[in-house]
Amino acid sequence: MYKELSVQQKMWLTFRRNRPALIGAVFTILIMLIAIFAPWIAPHDPLVQDPAIRLEGMTSDHRLGTDDFGRDVLSRIIHGSRVSLVIGLASVLLGMVAGTMMGMIAGYYRGKVETLIMRGVDVMMCFPDLILAIVITAVLGANLVNLVITLGLVMMPRFARLAHGQLLSLTESEYVLAARAIGFHVPRILGRHIFPNIFGELFVAATLWVGVAIRLEANLAFVGLGISPPTPTWGNMIREGVDVMINAPWISIYSGLAILITILAFNMLGDGLRDIADPKLRGV
Amino acid sequence: MLNYIIRRILQSIPILFVVLTLVFVFVRVLPGDPAVAALGDYASKEAVQALREKLGLDVSLWVQYFRFLGNLFKGDLGTSLITGYPVAKQVIRVLPYTLELTVCAILFGYILGIPLGISAAVRRNSFIDYFNRVFSLLGLSVPAFYLGILLMYLFSIKLMWFPVVGGGDLSDPLDNLRHLFLPGLTLGLIMTAYITRMTRSSLLEILQDDYVRTARSKGITDRRVLYKHALRNALIPIVALGGLYAVVLIGSSVMVEIVFSRPGLGSLMVGAIKQRDYNTLQSVMVIYAGMVVVINLMTDLIYGLVDPRIKYK
Repeated sequence: MYKELSVQQKMWLTFRRNRPALIGAVFTILIMLIAIFAPWIAPHDPLVQDPAIRLEGMTSDHRLGTDDFGRDVLSRIIHGSRVSLVIGLASVLLGMVAGTMMGMIAGYYRGKVETLIMRGVDVMMCFPDLILAIVITAVLGANLVNLVITLGLVMMPRFARLAHGQLLSLTESEYVLAARAIGFHVPRILGRHIFPNIFGELFVAATLWVGVAIRLEANLAFVGLGISPPTPTWGNMIREGVDVMINAPWISIYSGLAILITILAFNMLGDGLRDIADPKLRGV
Repeated sequence: MLNYIIRRILQSIPILFVVLTLVFVFVRVLPGDPAVAALGDYASKEAVQALREKLGLDVSLWVQYFRFLGNLFKGDLGTSLITGYPVAKQVIRVLPYTLELTVCAILFGYILGIPLGISAAVRRNSFIDYFNRVFSLLGLSVPAFYLGILLMYLFSIKLMWFPVVGGGDLSDPLDNLRHLFLPGLTLGLIMTAYITRMTRSSLLEILQDDYVRTARSKGITDRRVLYKHALRNALIPIVALGGLYAVVLIGSSVMVEIVFSRPGLGSLMVGAIKQRDYNTLQSVMVIYAGMVVVINLMTDLIYGLVDPRIKYK
């Protein structure tokens, strides 16, 4: 007996058949669980120093060795996932909310409002991401909240452009015209009628851009503009590891591997979601 | 054509102007007094005041702003608050290092990435396609500084083939090349990943188009269809996105310069931030933004060259 599948079921099937996307999803969830349960998973306290075991290689007690202060590298990597994920997710969410609002307003009202907002976006995009991030961090100072704001500001213009582009084609569509004809006010049209239709596109981009935000955070930390030590962050660990690269290369190599795997997971997931959203692009 | 170029350049002037203003504002809202930063915490009030006057920090922000713009027009970037040298001199000294690095990486990316992308798209789902996809996904995900560290560990520390740090002597091409190799490879590999992925996906999309099928059904050889019909059209997005990635690459060059302790705009900028060297920082930011504006301009112009439908009117 042939049974018609719902849209959701079809999407789920497409997703399940996409092996990279599935691997990405599994890893993303795994990394999030590690971050949430870090204190219970980590074999040691990430901050406890022990000068007697400085820069020790892999032992049964310290699976990934110890750093220059005798701290357990594995535990520090596990705890480091917290900063990366919180900043990555929160900043993209912030950038998405602010940027989407800007882009939607620009695309809906057009005219002078559009010119003002979108030229502002152009100007912000005149600076490479990282350079903008470095300068804003220098202005605001680096702590968890400020880093989220900084990277949120860096992500904002991307979302504004994306939302704006979507709005241009949607504002003339029949259901928007109908909503206007009924006399709904603008926030309702934007929020209830247009937003649900562009959310898919925004969500896919957001998944991919979480990877970008995590990479930017690591960059800032590596330059010395991230969250200050002794808090374990992957970028901090790589920077500290570089100083002892000749004797203890594992510190930098494993911390970097953690960043690479996390970004890879988000990218694979994002690619997979994009394929579902646009079946024409499948496997492209 | 010439008309279009002039108009396009004129269009970027207002943007550049706002960029300059933004840079000025950014640098002024940086916490800390540059005069105190230059003299240290224990300097006397009189000394700090004297330095502020000398640096022109005692006048109102508006006056400072117009001085900044005026001097920039004359090509005067001011003097560094830390070293006392003219900023223009410092910038001219390090600029070649940054340019050779980024230009090398971009060329490397295109020269390697386009053939890789084509080979993957033509033999879809083959081993080479699979390899390409894994390679480009890795390249898209890896932070440039981490890749740099890995290459440095392998080639400089383990194998000792290349120098660990420094930029080399510009007047000695061989020495310069030895120092350029690893940083160039780091950025080049990342750029290759971007270009490969983009070439592959845009070519795959085009190979499904009607006109490609028509060309094939006319009996034109695969080779000719690929190079004469498909590739020409695939180049359009490659050029458009290539400009975007070049901008990303400039950002990554900052990290690579720091990892390899190469002289360059990136090291200059980070040093200036840490020492609150206003003049140097604002100049470097202006130059970075200028580079992006130039890349966008070039992208637009090349766009017209590869896409005959775009007319310069």
